[in-house]
Amino acid sequence: MDVRYINPFIVASINAFTNFLQTEIKAQKPFLYDAGNSDLHYDVSGIIGLAGEVKGSVVVSFPKLAALKIVTRMTGVETKVFDDDVTDAVGELVNIVAGNAKKGLQQFRIEISLPSVVKGPQHRIAWMAGVPVITVPLSCEFGMVYLFVSIKEVGA
Amino acid sequence: MAILVVDDSRLYRNIIKNVLAERNMADEGILDAGDGSEALSILLEREDISLLLVDWNMPKMNGLDLVKKIREMDRYKTMPIVMITSEAARYNVMEALKAGVSDYVVKPITGRILGNKIDAFLQR
Repeated sequence: MDVRYINPFIVASINAFTNFLQTEIKAQKPFLYDAGNSDLHYDVSGIIGLAGEVKGSVVVSFPKLAALKIVTRMTGVETKVFDDDVTDAVGELVNIVAGNAKKGLQQFRIEISLPSVVKGPQHRIAWMAGVPVITVPLSCEFGMVYLFVSIKEVGA
Repeated sequence: MAILVVDDSRLYRNIIKNVLAERNMADEGILDAGDGSEALSILLEREDISLLLVDWNMPKMNGLDLVKKIREMDRYKTMPIVMITSEAARYNVMEALKAGVSDYVVKPITGRILGNKIDAFLQR
């Protein structure tokens, strides 16, 4: 995977957190995803599929507490349980990350899917075979959030 | 006069509706729909909608298809339509303008910027 394809997603994530959640977020060093890595803790993921001249997916994953704090920030109402608002907020965040990232990838015509949201401790994501997945840890006041980007040019 | 807010995210619909409420829009003048198909039904039923704020990516019927459909209808040929979407690529903006949107706003958007856009259309 060309690492230049990752930067637009990092920039879009920083933009989403800064302008949507009014909080600072710092991207840590990206690394290749390993399904056996038990150091990554998350309970809810927003997933967007990429199609068109690229294929792959973008996922933003949150630990439960971080997700609840984020929804509380978005709605102004303290959220203590995983409800439809959490699903909605996580889906909207990943939608903004994927849609905004297209601005930095305009050499490709990219279609993004509607977001889907998966819940459950350490749930597994079905990644597209043959497309590497890059993990970008993002630290913010709500805790650690993970951005996963799996993208490949069609025909490459 | 009524304004129709179309977005599959209830959270974002509420953000936009709050901006409208801050402009002293009466509750009964703010309508909302969760997809293009629902919005089309409202647009066919009502005759007092004077501004449409619409997302792009939605289930059943997306915002772009909705815009294309209503621009074919005589009564909505000149109604202001603002697309509010995460889709930030230039080709998306061009496609939306070609379909007939009046303005294009990329999410995330602050209430202040969105408010200024809405004010501009309401004053016309």
